[in-house]
Amino acid sequence: MPINYYIFLSIALFTIGIVGVLTRRNAIIIFMCIELMLNAVNVLLVAFSKMHHVAAYALDASTTAGTEAQLFVFFIMVVAAAEVTVGLAIIVMMYRNIHSVDINFLNRLKH
Amino acid sequence: MNKFVFLIPVLPLVGFLINGLGRNFLSRALVSIVGCGTLILSFILSLLVFQEVTAPGFVPQVINYFDFIHAGGLDIKFSFQVDQLSSLFLLIITGIGSLIHIYSSAYMHEETVPHFARYFAYLNLFVFSMLMLILGSNFVIMFIGWEGVGLCSYLLIGYWFKNNDYNNAAKKAFIMNRIGDLGFLLAIFWMLSQFGTVSYLELFPQIPSASLYVVTCITLLLFVGAMGKSAQIPLYTWLPDAMAGPTPVSALIHAATMVTAGIYMIARSNVMYSMAPHTQDIVTIIGMATALLAATIALKQNDIKKVLAYSTVSQLGLMFVALGVGAYTAGVFHVMTHAFFKALLFLGAGSVIHAMHHEQDLTKMGGLRKYLPITHITFLIGTLAISGIPPFAGFFSKDEILTAALQKNPIYYVLGVVTSLMTAFYMFRLYFLTFSGAFRGTDHQAKHLHESPFAMTLPLMVLALLSIVGGFVGIPNVFAENAHLLSAFLDPVLGSAHSSSHEAVHLSHSTELILMGVVVFLIILMIFFASRKFVDYKESEKEESAISKFLANKWYVDELYETIIVKPLGHLASFFNKVVDAKIIDGFVNGVGRSVQYSARQLRLLQSGQVGSYVLIMVISIILLFIFQFFWKH
Repeated sequence: MPINYYIFLSIALFTIGIVGVLTRRNAIIIFMCIELMLNAVNVLLVAFSKMHHVAAYALDASTTAGTEAQLFVFFIMVVAAAEVTVGLAIIVMMYRNIHSVDINFLNRLKH
Repeated sequence: MNKFVFLIPVLPLVGFLINGLGRNFLSRALVSIVGCGTLILSFILSLLVFQEVTAPGFVPQVINYFDFIHAGGLDIKFSFQVDQLSSLFLLIITGIGSLIHIYSSAYMHEETVPHFARYFAYLNLFVFSMLMLILGSNFVIMFIGWEGVGLCSYLLIGYWFKNNDYNNAAKKAFIMNRIGDLGFLLAIFWMLSQFGTVSYLELFPQIPSASLYVVTCITLLLFVGAMGKSAQIPLYTWLPDAMAGPTPVSALIHAATMVTAGIYMIARSNVMYSMAPHTQDIVTIIGMATALLAATIALKQNDIKKVLAYSTVSQLGLMFVALGVGAYTAGVFHVMTHAFFKALLFLGAGSVIHAMHHEQDLTKMGGLRKYLPITHITFLIGTLAISGIPPFAGFFSKDEILTAALQKNPIYYVLGVVTSLMTAFYMFRLYFLTFSGAFRGTDHQAKHLHESPFAMTLPLMVLALLSIVGGFVGIPNVFAENAHLLSAFLDPVLGSAHSSSHEAVHLSHSTELILMGVVVFLIILMIFFASRKFVDYKESEKEESAISKFLANKWYVDELYETIIVKPLGHLASFFNKVVDAKIIDGFVNGVGRSVQYSARQLRLLQSGQVGSYVLIMVISIILLFIFQFFWKH
């Protein structure tokens, strides 16, 4: 499959994420949109990694070139998981305090 | 002996520190002892130095202490120079300074102890500065002392700082001196850039090879400095106002320190002045003009100290005439004799003022002869000396100046004689108004008239003695060959300069004697006139002609300065204050503040607190950055 398809998929996911973050007010939905953007990047990383690996494999069957990015993706997923726990914990605390997950309610920093 | 030279200025400095720092705990007697004692010790050391200098085979010595300024090619040492000229000035300053200190200890007894100590501290600092000025072996050390005497004159003239007029007089003295100091400073810079040194011994041998233009400019700038310090036209008006200080201070400023600094400086740099004939002409003309102007003003003053002040300005003018015509020895000689009789006259005036309870108006005195016998006799001697009656000191020095002026140009001679005649007239007017006739003061004053204590009459008697015999060190050749001891003594320092000009026109002895006789006769005639007019002076006899009013108002010079300098400067200052400072500078500063406040108020609107809007801004910015990144280069 040409790389273009992966890129377009990634852009589509990323844009959906941005639009979600910009337009929605529910903190959990915004959180999901952020995850969407993160994974759009992950898709791109894996796609490029595979592309380079295939090109290198054709020249030398024993090569490992282009596989590092896939490892990075695992790291990103681990870190993202940790971040999700923190973020969800904050949202839970927020709900406990103000009985809402509407982020526009949280504009008290201004004053 | 050289090891102890540094003690001469250091002792008064120590006295200054002790009295200045301990003014709240020392007793009056202790302050007097420290103040006078340090100076008397200095005087004794100066005598020893003088003895060494007069010994045969003496060569001028420079004593290095430490590197004062050492930067790049510039090397200025802190060092003292002991030679004939400086040792003579040392004697004058410490000797007369000691007498004035002793006198002050009695004159100032009404002051409270802290102020008494402050007074003596300033007095000692004054003498210290003057000694630095004299002893320095280069112009920079001289400048330190030069500034020091300026500062001390300010402090002492404004000693009674609760009186605002006195403060103004002090400020006037300081500012006038600053104008002169600027000239001196520029001269030093010019010397440094042109010759690379300011040390006398290194600088003067280079002068003959320097261009006339450079030497003329440097000497003129130095003369501007001398104008300020020695009160010459146009910077002389501070000296009469300096009468605001206590009377012994006036004596110190007029006789021993301060005003002689300008004469000393020019006498010291005689090598340069002899190379610059244009400067010499200017010095002579300004000196002559000052002498005449001040003498005419003195004719009509009614304040005893003002008369003496203008007489000092006039005598200083004569000294500058002597320096201008190249008779440096005559100038220094007149400094010396003038120091004797002017200190005597001022201290005598102080004694009169003391007896009169701070009354200084001549029209309210009179008949003090029988109340103040010692003051009267000594004051008479001083008056005779300044008038130029032989054999008192003033006769010899003034005669020498007049002879030198005649050899240069007969006009100078005639003007000098006129000045001398006026001097005799106003001094005897002062004398008769004070001491003869009937007492014109209040009854209260008449009851309390008394002779001053011994501490005040002793300096008067010593100075009177010096005023009588002081002239004998400079007996002209007319009376006895080779009897001019001072000239022989100063020859190594000043000799090279004036020998040439003296041989240009040589007067025969008979002409000189006749002229001398005529001048003395005219002076006696003047005294006679003065006695006719002022012995039985009544206050009603006031003639108010236009000229006398003009003279009594000091030629309106103060008013002239007020109009052409002070007022325009005041307007300029208020323009800068009201327009440049208030509008432009303040406007700029306030504008910066206001624009920051305004822009902050506008920017604050961006911070809505809505997280969504922040994210939107972030996204838009990132998109813009991408666009910028992709399309900028193409």
